Formats: sequence, structure tokens, C-alpha cells
Amino acid sequence: MTSTIERTEAAESPATPKKGGGITGAAANYLDERTSISAVVKEFGRKIFPDHWSFMLGEVALYSFVVIILSGTFLTFFFQASMVETHYEGAFVPLKGVEMSAAMDSALHISFDVRGGLLVRQIHHWAALLFIASIGLHMLRVFFTGAFRKPRELNWMIGFVLFVLAMAEGFTGYSLPDDLLSGNGLRIIDGLIKGMPVIGTWTSFLLFGGEFPGTAIVGRLYTLHILLLPAILVAFLALHLVFVVVHKHTQFAGPGRTEKNVIGYPILPVYAAKAGGFFFLVFGVIALMASFFTINPIWNYGPYDPSPVSAGTQPDWYIGFADGALRLIPPGLEFVWLNHTWSFNIIIPVIALVLLLLFVAIYPFVESWVTGDKREHHILDRPRNAPTRTAIGAAGVTFYAALWAAASSDLMATHFQLSIEGVIHVVQAWAVLGPFIAYFITKRVCIGLMKKDREIVLHGYESGRIVRLPGGEYIEVHEQLDDYERWKLVDYESFEPIMLRPNSNGKITPVMRLRSAMSNWFFEDRIAPASRAELDAAHGHGHAPAVGTGSPARGELEDQTGGNTHH
Amino acid sequence: MARRSRKANRRHPLATVLLIAIGLVVTGGGYAAFSSTTAATAETDMSSQQVIDEGEKLFASNCATCHGMSLQGTDDGPSLIGVGAASVNFQVGTGRMPLAMQGPQAMQKPVQFTDEQTAAMAAYVASISPGPAIPDASLLQADGDAANGGELFRINCAMCHNVAGAGGALTEGKYAPELTGVLATHIYEAMLTGPQNMPVFNDDNLTPEDKRDIITYLKYVENNPSPGGFELGNLGPVAEGLFAWIFGLGAIIGLMVWLTAKSN
Amino acid sequence: MAHDEVSGIDSAASDSSAVETSHRTSAGTAVIGSDVENPGEPPHRARVTDLDPAKAKHADRTVYTLFYLSIAGSIFALAAYMAFPIEDGDPVALRLNTLFIGLGSALALFGIGLAAVHWGKALMVDKEGIDVRHPVRGTDETRARAVEIFDQADKESGFGRRTLIRNSLIGAIIAFPLPGLVLFRGLGPQDQDPVELLSHTMWKKGSRLTLDPSGIPVRASDITIGSVFHIIPEGLNEREDLLEQKAKAAVLLMRLDPADLNISPEREGWSYDGIVAYSKICTHVGCPVALYEQQTHHLLCPCHQSTFDVVNEAKVIFGPAKRPLPQLPIEVDSEGYLVAQSDFHEPVGPSFWERS
Repeated sequence: MTSTIERTEAAESPATPKKGGGITGAAANYLDERTSISAVVKEFGRKIFPDHWSFMLGEVALYSFVVIILSGTFLTFFFQASMVETHYEGAFVPLKGVEMSAAMDSALHISFDVRGGLLVRQIHHWAALLFIASIGLHMLRVFFTGAFRKPRELNWMIGFVLFVLAMAEGFTGYSLPDDLLSGNGLRIIDGLIKGMPVIGTWTSFLLFGGEFPGTAIVGRLYTLHILLLPAILVAFLALHLVFVVVHKHTQFAGPGRTEKNVIGYPILPVYAAKAGGFFFLVFGVIALMASFFTINPIWNYGPYDPSPVSAGTQPDWYIGFADGALRLIPPGLEFVWLNHTWSFNIIIPVIALVLLLLFVAIYPFVESWVTGDKREHHILDRPRNAPTRTAIGAAGVTFYAALWAAASSDLMATHFQLSIEGVIHVVQAWAVLGPFIAYFITKRVCIGLMKKDREIVLHGYESGRIVRLPGGEYIEVHEQLDDYERWKLVDYESFEPIMLRPNSNGKITPVMRLRSAMSNWFFEDRIAPASRAELDAAHGHGHAPAVGTGSPARGELEDQTGGNTHH
Repeated sequence: MARRSRKANRRHPLATVLLIAIGLVVTGGGYAAFSSTTAATAETDMSSQQVIDEGEKLFASNCATCHGMSLQGTDDGPSLIGVGAASVNFQVGTGRMPLAMQGPQAMQKPVQFTDEQTAAMAAYVASISPGPAIPDASLLQADGDAANGGELFRINCAMCHNVAGAGGALTEGKYAPELTGVLATHIYEAMLTGPQNMPVFNDDNLTPEDKRDIITYLKYVENNPSPGGFELGNLGPVAEGLFAWIFGLGAIIGLMVWLTAKSN
Repeated sequence: MAHDEVSGIDSAASDSSAVETSHRTSAGTAVIGSDVENPGEPPHRARVTDLDPAKAKHADRTVYTLFYLSIAGSIFALAAYMAFPIEDGDPVALRLNTLFIGLGSALALFGIGLAAVHWGKALMVDKEGIDVRHPVRGTDETRARAVEIFDQADKESGFGRRTLIRNSLIGAIIAFPLPGLVLFRGLGPQDQDPVELLSHTMWKKGSRLTLDPSGIPVRASDITIGSVFHIIPEGLNEREDLLEQKAKAAVLLMRLDPADLNISPEREGWSYDGIVAYSKICTHVGCPVALYEQQTHHLLCPCHQSTFDVVNEAKVIFGPAKRPLPQLPIEVDSEGYLVAQSDFHEPVGPSFWERS
């Protein structure tokens, strides 16, 4: 953004190498004279990142992706993406002589005949589960703290695309070994595609290169899995990170922190040590999981064959919500109309999933339209300070969780000794009613917490010490917050809903009405942060204010609530 | 300050990870030790009249209320005519009978009778009307073709019992039980007689050699450790997903909190 | 608007965005912030390692010990690679190989990670820094210059003026990927029609019902009441397209007490003495529906829990599927073997658009 002229000057300034730099100095000079790298170091070397544990979630995703690429590359040296039939002649006794595809054969070869091969396979798969899980948590963190607000809406979209790409990567990888479990997964995908109106039959026919299962699908998924999807993923990942640098990281409210600054540690050296070390920690956790715990035992599943199936056939966790949606749909929703088959038992779940994902993708734009807030935001919301958003998020999580739980309905039935029909009916009710209940409860809890915060700001903590005054009156002593702690609780904003006013043409359009109604709903219950005057009044009582000293203020009675919730 | 520092050291995250690992190793090892079972074969002469008489007495006092004095069945229990010794040995030998209460299906319970008593009742039931006999020990040695057994198991059994024999759900609260720790005799008898809602797999469907191979496969899976480490109950992706979320991501979040906390 | 007076230090510090707000926020929105002053950064708290040289020394030792431990872990993993080879067919050897290489690597990784983080936390200077944020939007001059460049480019190229060139360019750009799209037709075989393929299976009049996977034909007399046989058509194992055919032709054969069966008039004669044959492929999304309960006569799909009632011609009694499983009409040939009377009378498996 700064002019390029300035920057080139900066790069040329250290043109005369300092004496005594030794080999490092000489190497740095050599590099800089050819790459202008000193400008990069100057620009980014002391860039500040704020510290909060939840800011590391995106890094977990990034690092597990690196682990996936490292382990996956190793696996490609052995894996054969071919569905040519062969007879297994490897080391695993219970499959000896069994007919299977070359893909399954080579996956077994990696597991049983390559030293450390099984370890790498398990690292790859565990890392994949963690990759998508950490993306999910990262998105929840961004959502509940409002970090998606301007100027980061587009980066939210990019992140959303990464989430979808990660799921696609996961599913294509899961299907590659051509084992019984993943083969039945593909069979379900095939059925799902065939159920789509108009295009379904032909899409399935083209995807599988003829009839299901055909001999093409593993090779095609392999190309997607190791070439196309990773390439797109890396491109979007780079874009995502560029925007993180451009926007600078958000920070929570805190003393000294404003919308115009960012307080934290510099990349060199502290952040490099911590974040660099964290890569090894994430890798270490994955390695530990892979050395102790079996994942995807394809040798138990056996090769794909359209006739058998295993009890407990489930997709990996991140596809679970889609599988659950298919299980939850009520019976009988398939009709013949206009001489065509309308499989609403498939169409409705697919539409529900697409709408859910679409809503996630466009939420930042919806919220900024409803609130009318077009300012930049770099200070994060505490979830309680945005009750409606938090409640919407809780409702979404509840809905997702219902779909997710439904995908393990059979395991819940066996493990809790319930009937499978009962489990499904309960989860159906949960999926429909749960989001509303979650919305209501979350919103009330948030408002309660805001009231509590306000109370603490004005009157301090209850210390539990009861004191008898000379007049015989008993009071509980309240501990006051210091200025720094108090600032964390008051640094937020309260909004007035958008009022319905005629536009420049003197008209009120239906869209404006909708927007005003939505805005009213979004901001209907709110607690304004305590003002200076309220603070003084609460601490005043004719005595000297005991603000910021931490010493108990006298005369603080519990019934003095400053509950003016509306302005 | 010094005290706080020691406290921080005690909470070293590596210690947590190691503790979890050690705990899992210990419980897993203990589980493996307990789940290995020894086959007890009852040496009873099934054709001796003395044994049959003993069985009749036991039957009259324990089974006849539901199954009828002459095995004809009542409203509370099915007829036992033609079920054979194999069925009795399975139902009583696994503790499913006598039934504790009516429910979706008979549950496995601690076995109520000694091997001799079970054999006597089996001899009595078989003496009234012929039916499938207790399988010959030569078919139960788990020495057949595990690969053939595995393939047959996947086609005929895995849809209910899961590919690794971990069991699975059926309709209306019924379930297919776990197969690890089940005696070879009982597995064979279950295939032969089709207890409760399990279908019958007669010798024209799965030959005695096929059944032997299936037992061989199941015993191979049971007696050999999973090459990749602990199996997480062999429940597939659900268990793996939960583990990744709770322990994997849990451990990582623990590390994140330590990493971003200000040093003492 | 209210927020101008009450937004205090925070909006004072963000003057430009406050000004933006006043003309960009829609009418009616008002933002109330707190007018409590931002107290500024709290005083820096020194760590024990800053105050006590012994503590610093201790942390120093911890860090390099961890790095050395990491080296030990790597060496351990290398040694484990050699000391725990995979022996042919021995799961214990494989498990130890996986475990010890993994443990060594994990130690190596944790050593580096813990050491680096501890170094960063306990020993590196922990003074917090402050970066100033600038609005993301470019400055007015930059934006003006960008507009100027575009205008100039437009003028110099005549992009706006030479409309024919411009429109033909757009047309060409839209048209050029079309041949590429058409190429994707080749993903599926050119000489086959999916609807035709989905409508038929291998079953035809007289093909024997044989056991899956051995292909041994079954006699009606082999099948006892309560049995379930997993069936494939005769000759399937010799087919080049075994899996594709099996994915449509797999059948479940069950024998019930004939008195239990409710048979509709048009299906009289499709079964033989209580023996019925139904497609194994679920009419929902195609999983094998193979969980047969011999007493309740329910067939359950393990994937999405559709339940079919064999007594009532495999009607759906629970779950997402709508259509009953297609029935295969069977009879007995002169040698007593079970044979199909014909193919299924409807397409098997999941629904598709052109199905009816």
C-alpha cells in the first residue's frame, strides 16, 4: 500500500555490507542483493500478533495440513490408484488370495509390508480428522467473537471455501483404498446423486465412468485428491493468510487496546519461537495418536464388494451431518409426478445441507445488512455482548449436532440399550425443536451474563465478608475491580435498532420494513455498557470513590442494581 | 513466586499427554488380558440314560414353565421340538436361558448351570426329538482358512455383527451381540440353530468347513492385536471422530492454553 | 447522532472511522459505547526468569535438555526402524514397529516444540509491542490514481468506445470453454444409456440362484425355515463386469412359513413354498439391505435404517426409503434347483429421475 518507490529505496539502503558479519552476514548480503529480502524482514520481522489461546486454532488447521501434505506425499509413492482386479498375496493372513482392486492391494501393502508405512497412513488419517475439526472450531471462534465483521467478510468466505474443500479432500481420500466401508460410502453418494432431479442419472453415469462401481472412480478421485483439490486449497490458503497480514489480527478488548492498534508479541523472535514450536507440538500429538491408535483398519473391512456391508457403516465425522440428514428424513417422501421420480427423501436433506452451508457462508453480509454497521471492527466481541448472534450460532450448532448425532443413531441404540426407532424419533425432534430452544436459552444466558458484568463493573465482586456497621446494620463488602479489569468489561458497544424512516424519495419500501424488523429483533434486548456517570454514582454515595484501588468501597449494598437496560 | 513456579511445572502438558497414554495402555492391556478366554469342553456322554434322566429333572424344574412339560411350547416360550442339543447348549451355555424377563431379546447373563447340567439338558431335549447336535470339536479348532472365513463372514454376518465382530443394532431395541470372547462352540451353534432373530445358516448354506473357516477368521481377529494399535472398540469412524475431537483436539487445546499463558 | 458525544476515547482514537460511520451507517442506527476512559496498557510484570538469575539458568537448562531429548527421540526412532522390522504376517511385530517408530518421532517432535515454546515464553524478552492499524481502504490519492489508470487504459485501448470489439471479445471468451465442457461427456461410455442399464439386471428366465460368493446353485429343499441365503445369479463370477452386475443383481433368499406370507394376487406364483427372493439393494440410496430378522421378518438397512417387512412384500415400515424392495419371481427347475422366472419387474436400487 505504501508507495513502491519508498520500498525500493529501503531495499537498497543496506547495499554496503557491514564488515564482520561472518558467513551469515555474507550469505544474507548475497541473498538480499538478489532478492531484496531485507525489505520483507523489515516489513514483517517485528509484525505484532496478539496472544490468546483461541487465536491458535487456525494455526492447528494450517499445521495439520502441512502434516497431511508431508505424510500424503509419502503415501503416493506406494499407492496405486487403479481398480484392476488382483489377488492379494501380501502379509495379512485373513485376506490371502482374496480378490481385490490394485488400490486396496497397495493400501494393504503400505500397511503391512512397508516399514513405518502403517504409521504414516495413520498419521495421514488422524491429521485429516484434526484438520477439519480445527477448521470447524476456528470458524466457531471467528463466528462467536464477531471476527468476520468488516473488513474480514471476504476472508470469512475464503475460509468457508477452505472448509468445504477440506471436507471434499477428506471424502475423496477416505474413498481411495476401495475397501468395503468406503465403497459403501461411495454407493450412498451414487444413490444420492441419482436422486437429484433431471441431472442425477447422467451425473452418476459420468462420474463413475458407466455403471456403479465401474473401474474409473478410484483413479478419478485420486486426481482430485492429490492434484486438483490440494492446488485449489493451497491457493485459497495463501489468499487467506495474505488477508490475515493485510488486516492485521483482531484482538479482544483490553487495557490499551483500541480499534487503531494491535498489541502483542513480534514475529521475531517470540512469535516465531512459539508458533514454530507449536507446529512441532501439533505434529507430535498427531504422531502420538498414530502410534497408539488404529484408524481406518481397512484389513478388517476387506475389499469392496456390492453385496456385503458392515453394521455401523458410517462416514468420517465431517460427512456425518450429511449422513445424519439422510437418516432423519421422515418416511414416504418419494413421488412420481409428470412421469418422473421425485426423491424428496434425498432432495430435502440435500437442500437442508446446502441451505445450512449457504447461511454459514453469507452470514457476515446478512448481519451487516441487519445491523447497518459498515465500520471496520478489530476489537472482538465477547460472545455474551452480542446475544442475538451468539444465540443464532448456538441454534446452528444445535442443528448441526442433531444431524451429526443422527449419523451414529445405531451406535447410540446399542451402547445405551435403546431402540433405534426411538433414537431416530428423538433426534428428529431435536433437529426441529432444538435450535429454537438453544436460541432462546443462549440469548437469555448472554443477557444474564451482561447484567452480571454490569453489576460487577458498578459494584465490584461479592467478597463474602459480612461487616457490621456501628449503627447495627450488616453489609457485605464488595471488592472493586481495578481500572484494567473494568475496561475489559465496559469496552463494547450497544446498538439502537434501525428506525423506519422514508428514503430520499419519501417512500418506505418492503425491504426497508423487513430490515427494520430484523434489526429490531437483532437488538431488541441489550444492555448498554456502564457510563462514567453511572460508575461515579455507584461509587459515590458522598464518599471518595474507591475506584481502581481494590480496597472495599463502603456502603455498597446488594440491592443497588443499575439495571437500566434500554436507552 | 517460587511456589507458583513449582505449581506450573507440575502442570506440565507433556505429563498430561503421558498420563493419558499410560492410562490407555494400562486399561487396554488389562482389557486384552481379561477378554482372552479358555474353552472348556464338557466331557459328558450324551447318550447315557442316566444323563438324560438328570436332564429331564433339570428341564422340568427350570424350563418347563415356558417351554411345556413335553417341549411343546406355551404362550411364554416357543416349542423346543427339533431344536436339538446345539440350541440348548447355546442358549443355556451363554446364559441367555433361563430368561430373566421378557424383552426385545434374551440377554447374555452369567451362566446359571454347570457344563454337566447344560449337557444333561441338551441330552434330554435331543432325546425327545432329533435336531442339530453339538458340533464336533474338530471343527472348532480355528485352524481353517481365515481368508475364506473372512469373505463368508463379510457376506453372511458382518451386516449385523460388524466386520470385526463388534456387534450392531437391529430393529425395535434388538441387537446383534459382540462376537469377541464367544466360545467357538457357541458361534458354531448359533449359525446352525439361528437363535432368536438370527437366521439359520444350515449346512447347505454354510458347510461345516465354511463354519470352521468363519470361526478361524473370528479367532484370528480376536487373538491377534490390531496392527495399528488400540482399536477404539472397532466401532469405525464414529469412535475415531470422537477420539480425534476429545483427546486429539483436547490435547492440542491444552497445549494452546499453555503456549499463550504468560510465564510466571 | 448519539455516539459522537458518548463514544469516548475509543472513537476519538478512531476519528476517521467515526466520520465514515456518520455518512455510511444507515439512518436510525446509533451506537452507544462506554465513556469510561481506556486506562492504557497496564504496567509490565516481570517474570521470575527476569528477576531471579537462578530461575533463568534453570529455564535455560530445561530448554537445551528438551532439544537434546528431541535428538534422542530421533535416534530412538531410527533405532526402532531397524530393531523392530515387520515380520511376514505377524501383527505383533507390525504393531511394535508402528508404536516405536511413532513414539520416537513423537518424542523428537515434542522435544523441539516444548523447548521452542518454553524458550519463547520464559527467556525471550516479553515486552509487548504495538502496531498501528491503518484503514484497509486505500488512501484517497491511491484510489484516485487507480481510477485514473483505468480511465487512461480505457482511453488508450478504446475498450469502452470500440463496442464491437469489446462485445465480440466477451462472446469469444464465453464460447471458448464450451468444447472443453463437451469433452467431459467422454467420462462415461459413449455407446451406453444409463437409463437402459439401470432398468435391467443379469437375471433372466431360468438363471439359477447361486450362493454368494461361491456360485453353487441352491435347491429349494436346501432352504429351511428361518434361513437367509445371499444369492447371486448363475454365471456372475465369470463376468468381466462382475461388480457392476453384482451391484444390481444381489438377492436375498428367505424361507418363511407360507401361512405367514401376505401375497397380492398379481404376485401369486412368484414364490415357492414360502421361499421368497428380494433385491438386496436398498431403494433409498443403495446400501445392501441384509439384516434379516427371522422371527419378526424385518429387513433392516444398516446405513440409514430403512426397514422392510418381508411378510408384506418387503413394504417399508420405517426409515427414509419409500418403495418396497423389488421381488424376484422364482420357481423350481426340473432338477429341483431354484431359478428366476424373469428379471425383476422394475429397476432395482435407488430411485432415479427417469425411473418412471
